[in-house]
Amino acid sequence: MNIAVCIKQVPDTANVRIDPKTNTLIRQGVVSIINPFDMYAIEEAVRTKERLGGRVTAITMGPPQAEDALREAISMGVDEAVLASDRAFAGSDTWATSYTLACTISKLGGFDIIFCGKQAADGDTAQVGPGISMHLGIPQVTYVKKIEELNASKARVERMTEEGYEIIETPLPVLFTVVKEINQPRIPSLKGKMRARSSDIRVMRAQDIGADERFLGLNGSPTQVVKVFTPPPREGGVMITGSVDEITDKIVEAIKNECKPKF
Amino acid sequence: MGIRVIVDKCVGCKLCIRSCPFGAISLAGKTAVIDLDKCNLCGACVDACKFKAIVLQKEKKPAGDISAYKGVWVVAEQYRGVIQSVSFELLGKGRELADKLGAELCAVLMGDDISHGSSELFHRGAGKVYVVDSPKLKHYQSEPYSKVLIELINEYKPEIVLCGATSTGRSLISRVAVKINTGLTADCTGLDIDPQRRLLLQTRPAFGGNIMATIICPNHRPQMATVRHKVMKEAVPDLSRKGQAIRKSYDDEVLSSRTKILDIAEEADQKINLSEADIIVSGGRGLGKGDNFSILHDLADTVGGAVGASRAAVDADWISYSHQVGQTGKTVCPKIYIACGISGQIQHLAGMSSSDIIIAINKDPDAPIFRAANYGIVGDLFEIIPVLTKKLKALLV
Ligand SMILES: Cc1cc2nc3c(=O)[nH]c(=O)nc-3n(C[C@H](O)[C@H](O)[C@H](O)COP(=O)(O)OP(=O)(O)OC[C@H]3O[C@@H](n4cnc5c(N)ncnc54)[C@H](O)[C@@H]3O)c2cc1C
Ligand SMILES: Nc1ncnc2c1ncn2[C@@H]1O[C@H](COP(=O)(O)O)[C@@H](O)[C@H]1O
Repeated sequence: MNIAVCIKQVPDTANVRIDPKTNTLIRQGVVSIINPFDMYAIEEAVRTKERLGGRVTAITMGPPQAEDALREAISMGVDEAVLASDRAFAGSDTWATSYTLACTISKLGGFDIIFCGKQAADGDTAQVGPGISMHLGIPQVTYVKKIEELNASKARVERMTEEGYEIIETPLPVLFTVVKEINQPRIPSLKGKMRARSSDIRVMRAQDIGADERFLGLNGSPTQVVKVFTPPPREGGVMITGSVDEITDKIVEAIKNECKPKF
Repeated sequence: MGIRVIVDKCVGCKLCIRSCPFGAISLAGKTAVIDLDKCNLCGACVDACKFKAIVLQKEKKPAGDISAYKGVWVVAEQYRGVIQSVSFELLGKGRELADKLGAELCAVLMGDDISHGSSELFHRGAGKVYVVDSPKLKHYQSEPYSKVLIELINEYKPEIVLCGATSTGRSLISRVAVKINTGLTADCTGLDIDPQRRLLLQTRPAFGGNIMATIICPNHRPQMATVRHKVMKEAVPDLSRKGQAIRKSYDDEVLSSRTKILDIAEEADQKINLSEADIIVSGGRGLGKGDNFSILHDLADTVGGAVGASRAAVDADWISYSHQVGQTGKTVCPKIYIACGISGQIQHLAGMSSSDIIIAINKDPDAPIFRAANYGIVGDLFEIIPVLTKKLKALLV
């Protein structure tokens, strides 16, 4: 099995806070991490390789510092890492991102399975995975929660839906986006960490991936951000105080007001 | 293409530095300097600068003929032949947008033996419904659904296409946007029209809800957006409304799928209907252990509501993931959301802050949930909830 896994480096949003005085992001102490959903994609790629043999290549498009994310992926058992990085990629929306990743994947060539996370924690779009599969012209299965069976030509997987799940059969090559139910990502071993430190990261520039420049970065992005602002805080809140009896009376009152016909 | 600081105009006021989500701007002497390795060209600084000292330039694309695109479309979602309420929410918003544009509102309906659904869509405001009926479209499958929608868009050229940000909608519409070569904005919480340029102004949260961004798609058509379930209000049905059903059929080439559904399993637990409930009682780490969720179930059952949870409670295995509310869980918009022992981190707020009324019970007076709440109670949930349940029970008999 020749496996690719697309990972994104994102700010650890759990630590992102708004400064209530200036209404801006407090960046101090915000570190970059691998998109939490991509950890499941890495783990599934590595497990698949361990079961069936083959190689796993982690791919990310991002600035030079995204190299850290790739090294962490190597520490979890990924064999090779590719950093698609070029000033020409900056400002990519999901269209241009999926195009750039699809070009990189085509250039590297020969993958049987491409894993993506369900969505990225910074943008939450869940658009890049399906976008890549469309650019590559291969089938996709989104929200995969279990790989039931896999051989050289096809796979049978469980796809999570709003109502439950579906069992889907697909030929290879295929792109899967995975949800957290699929596995429990491993903690990197000491050996893995050492390998991560000494591994080479292959950097690919715009001219290396065989892309049409007009479709890259800001210029290749149909969408454009026109305004960025901090959401206004919710207003008009009151604190309810008193004894438990008084407090609950007031809550009952509030519920009555809001759901009148019922109470 | 690129971003630059006009040195003559920059006064060194640092407004841009504070606005940058990537920490890419610093001050060298009295001028702002942008570190291009960190910059994502998001434009936040351009917006923040009071002196017009930062410019972000995009190469002008020879605009295709976008004037040929007319009308607002809603992609209706059906499950086992039942039109999902998210479609009615989209029609509610779609009507507003169409009126501002002076354009017509249409819906697309794909399924098997589904024609009956078009009248429901007329009632909710669609003037036209494009119906594609085929056994091959019985259940959602990425390939046939996206190919049909691509055919329809290429033939009828709508200027706006809205789709639910459901697992089905997201999987479908991202493929369509790539193929048609147009922009797609996910998870919009606000949609409006710039009437002069006939542009769809798409506002959405970014960075886990820490900042909001307004996004446009100036040179490509259609302008496409997804909207989460429960973010917009449903269109009110008017049973006297009629419309025009346009039936389309396609050959096997369009309807074929390389992936095959072998089986469909429904899980009872997934059907807790968090997104439909009027009252949600949600618990977090403050519950202490899984068994304690029973007091929330008691309250929810009393008022006919549903139980939600923070991720901390889900991660601790106290309750299943289908109850999780927030950025990585469900978005809910009940009349009343009661948050018990939930601190109110931004990722949780992302899923419930559009509730009509938020009531928060927390021991810690500084918990951020109080800033989002309409009614805040500093206290022990174990003392308050059982008494509340008792009083409501008494009221309801
Ligand atoms: C990428 C990402 C995505 C995330 N997505 C989500 C998401 O979708 N949904 C989500 O909820 N979180 C999400 N999180 C996690 C989020 O950041 C918080 O960690 C989580 O919401 C905290 O849950 P909590 O409020 O239950 O726990 P805590 O933050 O530990 O808060 C527990 C609260 O209970 C109070 N308490 C304790 N005992 C009592 C008592 N007896 N009576 C009253 N109050 C009491 C405490 O004062 C405290 O405020 C995400 C995080 C990341 C990084
Ligand atoms: N810049 C990127 N580099 C590599 N993979 C990415 C990138 N952006 C998104 N992805 C992949 O696409 C998935 C969905 O991302 P998104 O559409 O941004 O929510 C992620 O979980 C990753 O697997």
